[in-house]
Amino acid sequence: MDPVAAKYLGAGLACLGMGLAAIGVGSIFGNFLSGALRNPSAADGQFGRAFIGAALAEGLGIFCFVVALVLMFVL
Amino acid sequence: MAAGGGIDPIHQFEIHPIVGLRPFGLDLSFTNSSLLMVLIVGVVSLVMIYGSSQRAVVPGRLQSLAEIAYEFVASTVTGVMGKDGMRFFPFVFSLFMFVLTANLLGMVPSSFTVTSHIIVTAAFAFLVIGVVLVYGIVKHGSHFFGLFVPSGVPGWLLPFMVLIEAVSFVSRPISLSLRLFGNMLAGHIALKVFGGFVVALTTGAGVLGYVIAPLPLLLAIALTALEFLVAFLQAYVFAILTCVYLNDALHPGH
Repeated sequence: MDPVAAKYLGAGLACLGMGLAAIGVGSIFGNFLSGALRNPSAADGQFGRAFIGAALAEGLGIFCFVVALVLMFVL
Repeated sequence: MAAGGGIDPIHQFEIHPIVGLRPFGLDLSFTNSSLLMVLIVGVVSLVMIYGSSQRAVVPGRLQSLAEIAYEFVASTVTGVMGKDGMRFFPFVFSLFMFVLTANLLGMVPSSFTVTSHIIVTAAFAFLVIGVVLVYGIVKHGSHFFGLFVPSGVPGWLLPFMVLIEAVSFVSRPISLSLRLFGNMLAGHIALKVFGGFVVALTTGAGVLGYVIAPLPLLLAIALTALEFLVAFLQAYVFAILTCVYLNDALHPGH
């Protein structure tokens, strides 16, 4: 295979991981919201925790993004 | 890498020297990045010093801005670390205000986003982990390493758990720096790419181009609003994760 084509294919494949991380972040906020609607008075206290979880899940998607960027612009 | 209409989405992240300074072969030039950093420190200092100088019972605009910022970070710090976490408040507050102002000033058109460079965010992340390590070892000594040994785990599983905890601790500065850097970089690239679509459609695609061009323009406006949200959110995430990591140094052991 042409190495340039393989590079762009790899960058595109790395972007799949970003979509999977989006599922994770959506699941965290979806569950947070369904819990918050059942017990709104307890929601404010767990706000920070929801964001910690979302940040950790999102970080893995960002790794995929960085892999794609490295393939496109650095290698 | 031209996106559309010959517009380079990476061009906006270029660092160019304003005042060249090269003593002894070291490049110590005053760049556009340094200029923005000086500007950020100036803006934050001005808001906080002027905002806290009035001390009115009914706060004015600037004073309530300073008070909201203080209250917000203070509640985050005490919420994660408890009352004795307030000793780290100046550190967390400085980090939060610097990152927030850097992200927001980066949203000004044709300015420069300091936090879109990994060297800046990595310096912050290693500073945070350095504080965690130094404070944890000075305060708790060898007890600090109990952080890697979770309690209530069966003996045969313990080596694996210690390994996993160690890997997760080592990857913290990497993920902390990459998260901020990746978010700012991705947002600004997306803005530039959609701007490039508008230019390409209006210059090279005839009448049909003019019909389609408002769509990416509207999307670029929506993305700008999203970027302001991300600018605040990433500063908050950086601050709260700093609190979580500092909490490990303050209260090690599970």
